[in-house]
Amino acid sequence: MTLAEMQFVLPDLRPAAAELFVLAMSCLILIVDLFVKDPRRTAVFALTILTLLGAAFVTWAGASGEVVYTFSNMYVHDFMADVLKLLLYLTVIVVLFYARAYLLARPLLGRSEFYTLTLFATLGMMVMISAGHFLTIYLGIELLSLSLYAMVALDRDSPTAAEAAMKYLVLGALASGLLLYGMSMVYGAVGSLEIAEVAERLQAGQANHTILVFGLVFLVAGIAFKLGVVPFHMWIPDVYHGAPTAVTLFLGTAPKLAAFAIVIRMLANGLIVLSHDWQMMLILLAVLSIGIGNIAAIAQHNMKRMLAYSAIAHMGFLLLALASGVVGGDARYALNAYSSAMFYIVVYVLSSAGTFGMILLLSRAGFEADNIDDYKGLNRRNPWFAAMLMMLMFSMAGIPFFVGFFAKFAVLQAVVAAGYLWLAIVAVLLSVVGAFYYLRIVKLMYFDAPADASPIHAPLEVKLLISLNGLAVAVLGLFPDILMWFCLLAVRLSLTILG
Amino acid sequence: MSEAPLLSLAIWIPILAGLAVLATGGDRNAPLARVLALAGALVGFAVTLPLYTGFDTSTPAMQFVEQHRWISRFNIEYLLGVDGISMLFLILNSFITVIVILAGWQVIDSKVAQYNAAFLIMSGLLNGIFSALDGVLFYVFFEASLIPLYLIIGIWGGANRVYAAFKFFLYTLLGSLLLLIALLYLFFASGGSFSILDWHQTSLSLREQVWIFLAFLVAFAVKIPMWPVHTWLPDAHVEAPTGGSIVLAAIALKLGAYGFVRFSLPITPDASHELSGLIVALSLIAIVYIGFVALVQEDMKKLVAYSSIAHMGFVTLGFFIFSAIGIEGALIQMISHGFISGAMFFCIGVMYDRMHSRRIADYGGVVNTMPKFAAFFMLFAMANAGLPATSGFVGEFMVILGAVQSNFWVAFAAATTLILGAAYTLWMVKRVVFGKVANDKVAALNDINAREFTILALLAATVIGMGLYPQPFSEVMHSSVNELLRHIAVSKIQ
Repeated sequence: MTLAEMQFVLPDLRPAAAELFVLAMSCLILIVDLFVKDPRRTAVFALTILTLLGAAFVTWAGASGEVVYTFSNMYVHDFMADVLKLLLYLTVIVVLFYARAYLLARPLLGRSEFYTLTLFATLGMMVMISAGHFLTIYLGIELLSLSLYAMVALDRDSPTAAEAAMKYLVLGALASGLLLYGMSMVYGAVGSLEIAEVAERLQAGQANHTILVFGLVFLVAGIAFKLGVVPFHMWIPDVYHGAPTAVTLFLGTAPKLAAFAIVIRMLANGLIVLSHDWQMMLILLAVLSIGIGNIAAIAQHNMKRMLAYSAIAHMGFLLLALASGVVGGDARYALNAYSSAMFYIVVYVLSSAGTFGMILLLSRAGFEADNIDDYKGLNRRNPWFAAMLMMLMFSMAGIPFFVGFFAKFAVLQAVVAAGYLWLAIVAVLLSVVGAFYYLRIVKLMYFDAPADASPIHAPLEVKLLISLNGLAVAVLGLFPDILMWFCLLAVRLSLTILG
Repeated sequence: MSEAPLLSLAIWIPILAGLAVLATGGDRNAPLARVLALAGALVGFAVTLPLYTGFDTSTPAMQFVEQHRWISRFNIEYLLGVDGISMLFLILNSFITVIVILAGWQVIDSKVAQYNAAFLIMSGLLNGIFSALDGVLFYVFFEASLIPLYLIIGIWGGANRVYAAFKFFLYTLLGSLLLLIALLYLFFASGGSFSILDWHQTSLSLREQVWIFLAFLVAFAVKIPMWPVHTWLPDAHVEAPTGGSIVLAAIALKLGAYGFVRFSLPITPDASHELSGLIVALSLIAIVYIGFVALVQEDMKKLVAYSSIAHMGFVTLGFFIFSAIGIEGALIQMISHGFISGAMFFCIGVMYDRMHSRRIADYGGVVNTMPKFAAFFMLFAMANAGLPATSGFVGEFMVILGAVQSNFWVAFAAATTLILGAAYTLWMVKRVVFGKVANDKVAALNDINAREFTILALLAATVIGMGLYPQPFSEVMHSSVNELLRHIAVSKIQ
């Protein structure tokens, strides 16, 4: 090899401009923080929001329908990535606004770490969303997870938070190990970890099926772990419960978008040839999750724990749609199924952000508002916010006219389209069970007398944002069409099997 | 027709009025909330009247049709229209809403705005159910109507209201989710349409039809409710406030029966014929067995609740004997029962407001202290028992007549209701109204005031008018019912 052939080619950085911007700004904020004396860290907060807005601008400006690969195909820029990243920034901005008052009221949390860690976690999610290579997925997941471990442990004096962080770290590391092991199997069978190339070689039939399926089991287990579906769900309730509510809010919303992206990248784009195998696994995980998630949620008296089990059940519903893409090797249902899954996850993130936001709204210094009895008589204390939470609860339960119904509708129609009628019936029967605990929150707010009549104190912007969030659930429920088409377009432009 | 979108107005005026009532805020503005609610209900009722006057009785086609794109991703349309079967229910519902708002005028003194708003929103949603011609639109209204009733029972209900509210919600949710699966199946079977009228033309194998029919049956049987899935109704009725009971009995129970005529019969005609024996059997059990159950009730509301179940048995029986007289009789029975049961629950409410008891044993000799009220109560009780010259007689008579044509013994069993119905209602009236004044509380009763008198007089006029001259009600149905029968007679199996 001569010197001339070894020339270094600078990769095209433009497709990853948003990631580079967030990275640079995160480092800058770390330095700026050293010089900020303000105990409220207003400058850091503002800079974080500005970073996200800047990233949104960069992503928006660079958005196109084309698929561009860079960094030797390890990184992909396409329309689905743009849409998911924009939703991600929006979610994180909302999270930061909801969380701010809560953080300021608690001395250990009120410092800058929350903001910088959030930005690093966001960067990790952006990498996951744009991954074109199995190792890029892994890198993104690790960047996200390591930031989250630290965030869960931010309240270092709280034993429950420390316990949650420890569990999360140990189990998360195990899941990462499973994922890496699965990837190594895929590499052994295919000889590449580039998602597009893996798909090509599998199409050509040049791989050992036994080794591949063996690796696939580990991959699916790893993903199931990160999504938090049964039987890899045990960390979810503990972490949701133990973490400071502001962190739970972050944990329970934005990462779901990234997790959806890696499932599409890894399973639908990379391993579609094995769809029969992984769909069977997903169906099993989905039924278990919807069942155990919904039933266990009934027994919870802690709001955060209840929402954790509800998250498990919702992720099960997501998997139902993801498992309905290919029927007998025929991928013509794929677009319908995966775009329904995307719609579902976007709607879930919206409802979930509002619900956790409501916990933050009701909490104050020394009071977490995370016991379900804290919601007693909310209608008498503040009818407006009671109505907002009621709409969010009915949306989560999938009752029309709220958008959660259309999310369930989209998933169920995908399942019926794929011919899994029995699966649809099992899913709806279990969601009747699920309706009970959402109804119970409505019951506490409306039928019971308040245990504590103190008025709600929150900054105006938070009240406004929560109201917008609640109303969005109703307005999108009346007009869900545009968001549905957006999801359809995003998936259509990014799904390689459609050609 | 390029006239005003009457059906949309009938749906959205009450809902928007409900939101406006909510905006009046706390109980400081209760008088304003009441007036606003009554205005909303009256305007809502007024816009449904042109549906009758402008109705073309010569055609079975859908009228006042409105069609707009709604969710194009799944080909779901905002498609509204009424025919002779559904049109009357919009008017009935909007009329009952006025009654309900008036019924709660003085009695409801906490969360007045929320109470009235819940009923107005409910009324709009119910109008939506009766006019939706798109499967998903129907379903959305069908399920959304659970929310206001859940809140009404839970907030303003009696001692055991939480249990009743949950039972009501979960029971009906279970039924309607299976309906959703059936709708999705029909969507794919019909080649991607959610239009109910398209589904009427979709051919299905008998196996498919039977499964779809059963899914419909679960959803609608729970709503009606049919034996043995009726147990939520007495609980819900007993715990609900008077207005809630009226809406539940007068309108909500009709949804299931309406579902049978709009979905089960025309979409799965072969399965309907195949399984008609099952439905007839369930209907007869409801008529006879539930009639006996009603006889032993000690709570007036429970008694009327059970009598509602028995009357709805007549409705399902009328549908599944597949004759014009049976189906028309059933539809008239539905409307008449809407007025009579609404009136019965209002009467019980009038007594409950004064005595705070619904137990029959706590009453006796009410006629001595409330003569005007006793006259009305007697009239409605007679109508409930199916006395000729009241509306209760017309429907039952037509159904029995239809049943005789198809099977004498079915008709014989159904006709026992004339005895049973008279027994349980009149026995209750005897114990409550007649006899000596039972206790000091009864002695201290005041007769009905002008507001209550107006409500009862309105209802009484309708019940007697419909009983003496049912033609205005039945003539609008003829074309649609004949079209339905023609449709059911054609097999859809290819």
